[in-house]
Amino acid sequence: MSTTHSLIHPRPRFREWILEHVFLAAAFASVLVVLLIFAFLLSNGLQAFRDIDLVGFLTGTIWQPVSEEPKYGLVPMLTGSLLVTGLSIALSVPISILCATYLSQVASPAVREIAKPIIEMLAAVPSVVYGFVALVIIADMIQSAFHNPIRLNALNASVVLTLMVAPTIVSISEDAISSVPQEYKEAALALGASKWEMIRDVVLPSSLSGIFVAVMLGIGRAIGETMAVLMAAGNAAVVTFNPLASVETMTAVIAIEMGEVTFNSTHFYALFAVGVVLFVFTLVINLVAQVIVRRYKALGR
Amino acid sequence: MTSKATTQRIAFLLLRLSAAGMIAAVFALLGYLIWNGASALSLPFLLESPREGMSAGGVFPAIVGTFYLTLLTLAFALPLGVAAAIYLSEYADPRRSKTLYVMRTATVVLAGIPSIVYGLLGLGLFVLFLGLGFSILSSALTLSFLTLPVIISASEEALRTVPMSYREGALALGATKWQVIRDAVLPFAVPGILTACILGLARAAGETAPILLTGAAYYLPELPNSIFDQFMALPFHIFALSTQSVNPKLTRPIQFGSVLVLLLLVLSLNVIAIVIRGYYRRKYRRVAG
Repeated sequence: MSTTHSLIHPRPRFREWILEHVFLAAAFASVLVVLLIFAFLLSNGLQAFRDIDLVGFLTGTIWQPVSEEPKYGLVPMLTGSLLVTGLSIALSVPISILCATYLSQVASPAVREIAKPIIEMLAAVPSVVYGFVALVIIADMIQSAFHNPIRLNALNASVVLTLMVAPTIVSISEDAISSVPQEYKEAALALGASKWEMIRDVVLPSSLSGIFVAVMLGIGRAIGETMAVLMAAGNAAVVTFNPLASVETMTAVIAIEMGEVTFNSTHFYALFAVGVVLFVFTLVINLVAQVIVRRYKALGR
Repeated sequence: MTSKATTQRIAFLLLRLSAAGMIAAVFALLGYLIWNGASALSLPFLLESPREGMSAGGVFPAIVGTFYLTLLTLAFALPLGVAAAIYLSEYADPRRSKTLYVMRTATVVLAGIPSIVYGLLGLGLFVLFLGLGFSILSSALTLSFLTLPVIISASEEALRTVPMSYREGALALGATKWQVIRDAVLPFAVPGILTACILGLARAAGETAPILLTGAAYYLPELPNSIFDQFMALPFHIFALSTQSVNPKLTRPIQFGSVLVLLLLVLSLNVIAIVIRGYYRRKYRRVAG
């Protein structure tokens, strides 16, 4: 079609070419931004290792950047992030998957239409609001429930994180559960299974990869969350796995100390190095999730 | 047989309870914040500046700051995001799936990067390297990167809901590719792109960590005069008042008020987006059917 057209209107062909390439360039923007973030974090983060050694950074258990003899050990933040993320995932995964199963298989369409947007509202609430709620009320509730002397602690952060990651896990696993082919379900029912047996033995096992993706993305969200955790967890850089102790996460240490640091100092670069570690964590989590999504799409679902 | 039915009854009860529990949590959360915030909310609270070392007065400068910031963010992210979505939906050749895969993966990765990492990029790139300083401009550029994946995926979805027959009709009449997009696709995708826009606004308005590192200020006596000024913003205001002030308990009512203002802003934007999206999905279902 384009040959005859371009004979009559020679100019539009040039305009078409320009526009297509403008859109192409825009579509590469995401790729560019990802590369830009990686390059900037790395170029700043690597400069920290002119003064501190990489092994000490990754295995050191003391983080004392402002002292006579500064120490930059990342382990307290690694365990802090792992503890808070692990707890919130342990709390949110069971209820989220049950909830998604209900919405997809048991609820009537009318109930589903109302319930889904309500649960998705949790995802729209800004993280500073969650942090505020943790600070003002959840901390008191946990403190009186466990008679714990430490008001701001890992459990407090995990409880709000549970609310924050639940909508992600619910909506992605609901999609996965709903995409199980009707024939599978009919075959199970035809063999005499009850509706619950069908859900337990056919629907849930065949949506396992999708549910796994949902959990991965939940972990990604939890590990990267900053404000809520910063306001709730107490921010003490100590190595502990006690849920009722104060902990500091990788995200929190960047947010807190970047405000007080001298620019282009070792401390400044060390915070970028923490950012690199955080970036690599979330990158790996998201790429693994992507690979799984692609694989099960390739299987025809 | 009875045990089979009983098991099912117990299992379904468990499913129902977990869904009910989650919905109850939403209502408890919102109810608590509305109940405590409502008493602080008033017209003077919205239209006055903070007074007496932030312990009295309103949140007007923070509202204005958030308004400027989100609009500027959108001015950067919207054209770029929509143009990217046009390429992904209209031009990209599914046979050249490598390029497409790289672009989509990058968008997914971008959506998963923690907001504090965007803050680091903003600080390193815009504030220091490009010398834009702690300013609305630095924060808006940072937030535009963060909202880009939201806008790309929502706009792409909007473009894809336009029925294929519209494009085929225009092509059959001799329109060029761009003419098809301009006259037969974009006008019908406008509501969806508007949704993308609103979701981007809501996301940008609620973010704290990136602006913490790139230009938000605790207290400024005057409203910003240019995009190179620092600014107050609602989310940062809440964070600062509840954690950094001398006596956080004293300003609790102001904190609850600020939370409610931010919450109402962000949630109403989301509700508007959902309503628009639902309306046009139904409309196109009719057209397609």
